[in-house]
Amino acid sequence: MSTSAPTVEGAAEASASPVTVRLRGIGKRFPGVIANDDINIDVRRGTIHAIVGENGAGKSTLMKILYGVQPPDSGTIEINGEQVSLHSPADAIKAGVGMVFQHFMLADNLTVLENVVLGAEKLHGIGGDAHAEVKRISDAYGLGIQPDRLVEELGVGARQRVEILKVLYRGASIVILDEPTAVLVPQEVDELFGNLRGLKQEGLSVIFISHKLDEVLSVADEITVIRRGTTVRTVLPSEVTARQLAELMVGSELPSPSTETSTVTDTVLLSVQHLGLPGLEGRPLLDDISFDIHKGEVLGIAGVEGNGQAELVESIMAMRPGATGTVELAGKDLSHESTRERRESGIGYIPEDRQRHGLLLDAPLWENRVLGHQGRPPSANGPLIDKRAARADTERIIRDYDVRTPGPDALARALSGGNQQKLIVGREMSGDPILLIAAHPTRGVDVGAQAAIWAHIKAARRNGLAVLLISADLDELIGLSDRIEVILRGRLVGTFDPDDVTPEQLGSAMTGAGE
Amino acid sequence: MTPRVTRLVLALSAPLLALVAAFAITSLVLAAAGDPVLDVWDQILSVPEGRNVANIINSASVLYLSGLAAAIGFRMNLFNIGVDGQYRVAAFTAAVVAGEAWLPGYLNTALAILCAMAVGALWAGIAGVLRATRGVSEVISTIMLNAIATALVAYLLRKAAVRVEGSNAIGTKKIQESSQIPNISIGDGPGQEIYGFVIIAVVVGFLYWFVLNKTTFGFDLRATGRSTTAATASGIKITRMVVAAMLISGAVAGLVGLPILFGESYQYGSTFQSGLGFAGIAIALLGRNHPVGVAIGALLFAFLNEQSNPLQILVHVSPDIVAITQGVIVLTVVISYEVVRRVGVRLEQQAVARALEQERSDREEALA
Repeated sequence: MSTSAPTVEGAAEASASPVTVRLRGIGKRFPGVIANDDINIDVRRGTIHAIVGENGAGKSTLMKILYGVQPPDSGTIEINGEQVSLHSPADAIKAGVGMVFQHFMLADNLTVLENVVLGAEKLHGIGGDAHAEVKRISDAYGLGIQPDRLVEELGVGARQRVEILKVLYRGASIVILDEPTAVLVPQEVDELFGNLRGLKQEGLSVIFISHKLDEVLSVADEITVIRRGTTVRTVLPSEVTARQLAELMVGSELPSPSTETSTVTDTVLLSVQHLGLPGLEGRPLLDDISFDIHKGEVLGIAGVEGNGQAELVESIMAMRPGATGTVELAGKDLSHESTRERRESGIGYIPEDRQRHGLLLDAPLWENRVLGHQGRPPSANGPLIDKRAARADTERIIRDYDVRTPGPDALARALSGGNQQKLIVGREMSGDPILLIAAHPTRGVDVGAQAAIWAHIKAARRNGLAVLLISADLDELIGLSDRIEVILRGRLVGTFDPDDVTPEQLGSAMTGAGE
Repeated sequence: MTPRVTRLVLALSAPLLALVAAFAITSLVLAAAGDPVLDVWDQILSVPEGRNVANIINSASVLYLSGLAAAIGFRMNLFNIGVDGQYRVAAFTAAVVAGEAWLPGYLNTALAILCAMAVGALWAGIAGVLRATRGVSEVISTIMLNAIATALVAYLLRKAAVRVEGSNAIGTKKIQESSQIPNISIGDGPGQEIYGFVIIAVVVGFLYWFVLNKTTFGFDLRATGRSTTAATASGIKITRMVVAAMLISGAVAGLVGLPILFGESYQYGSTFQSGLGFAGIAIALLGRNHPVGVAIGALLFAFLNEQSNPLQILVHVSPDIVAITQGVIVLTVVISYEVVRRVGVRLEQQAVARALEQERSDREEALA
């Protein structure tokens, strides 16, 4: 982890240039996780201002206030020296504030151009002018965007650039990015940071929300730390180390993902052979993938988002029709079994998108405990749902996995992301699985939940489970895995030993640069 | 308030809000047309007589089955607009089977009911299979199937029908008395009898509640309705659930015409009541797909229909005004449920936040 190379000239610049966004005493009694209380931040023109804090510390609430999604209960917002009251995102856009959300707001079945002009038709129409303007912005900031491609064909990095372009197209001079690197690999992160530096050179202000401290230190000109809804301190990156920042954030040391001594055995638990999945455009989504995972072993899959990780997991879970090849678990051929039969054969599955694949958001927690376990105790008793046992077991998960909730009858939607994820981990670890598939298990969760989830994965490994770990966080992959396979364009292209590989080497393999 | 009470209050406030709004809008329509607003409400909201009560219950039993059929689809986000066609094909089949009397007495009745359910299921199942295998929207296909059902029944009625005595109307053979379902008397006066089939409707309502809330199949169905992606990941086969839900919805739709068939008309003729399927969609919405809610919705619609009948004679206002009220109820219900749902989610989040804050301050105190 490099904590060096803070941008010194950026710091000097920072204190000189005028303030574009001035927040004073912002407070919000937000119904949900945490309130904002006395937030004070100055963002200067032509700088990247990072806001760091644990998930649930109030960063997202603050950004929603600044983007006009929610009004603050107290305090003032000044933009370019003028006090404004933002009642809607339209007001914010008018004031020059643009937002790139953590969850992209793009219509998959429209083209890039259509997505960009959607809601901004008055600016340049929807035809040739708009096309030219999109091209111009893309070229000016090196975003490399093809306006006529369908969004569904784009990878995560490209989608994010479309979101940034959307904001610029609407004339934003202040760009907010909410956890933009959570979904990117190192090379894409570098690219994004290059783009952000381009924005700031053009005199834009960038507000960058993150909890990845080394990234913040490398790209930001100023850093404001938020804890429990209030601003703790604003520091220059040259003044602090990642450790000091972390301590400001959580008041304790950062947890480390690294595992203890090897527990790998000779017993093969999961054997995947010649797995293939045909694609729509000729090139297969998965091409002849073979690997084994042993009892007590964590196999990490590294790859740039969209190279077949999701398809690999979903093929092993029998969620993708048309997959070929064999999947064997503990000697039992599962190739022709359904998702439920595979789950009941001992697969625990932490899906990549917990809100779409992991939870029924409008159902109580105990029903979410039943999900995926409909056919077996304690959730079910023959053809009947056993509500009492399911509730009792939900209470066990809440206790053992430290899910912060009033009780098993709370709706899943009311929980914070980290607590939702802890509930899912607890659920998937019940019913004695022998294989745990964890796709991005700590994506978008706070440091505390992250440490807890790492601990659970380590415990699973210690208890002799086979673990298939997919992650975009290379530190997490290197720290937890016993072996790392790199996936590129649907093929496994290299095996690495996490003990002697660097994130950079992995990154090269992931992009095919080493070929 | 405990969360349970809060939820109950919220659940009840939505339909009440919707009713008040619907009555207000209807009053505006009446006033704008220059009709006597108070006289109309005076008649509609008067206490029904024994004979009318029986009519309301009878008509509600039919609407209830129709509402349940639609509700089964709704719980899975399937819009079975085809209840109307399904019940007509099914009632016709039941009338033919019962009229032919291949089996004696109540065996004949049971066979006819089973055939009705099977045909209703089959008719809906076509839409289910098209949706599951070809992605055809069930809204479109069931509307088409309604049109086909109308034509098919009219065509087959000509073949199977006998002339009704003393009239130009035609109908299927009359069901023998031994296979009719006897009515239940609820009072002494004339016409104070309710269909025996009402009991079957109540049983269907109970089964609906039991299967959806207590069985793993019902859990799968509700989970699929809430999130197909999460359902898939949990091991539910979506296509199979789509077909199953349509089959069950169609089977219940097959029962819709039967209270009338076995309790009143005893034959299927060209004058057999139509439009019951569409009312069911409105009633399912109003009753929030809950078995008791749908029952209340069915009773309300039946009440409004029955009470508006004499409007023309008494206050010279067309009873069609009630159709406006019913239509407006459906719209206001959709709106008020969404409003109440958002309030509910907010209250829930506040409760979670409060509980966590309490926990946190307790912990801090313990540390200090």
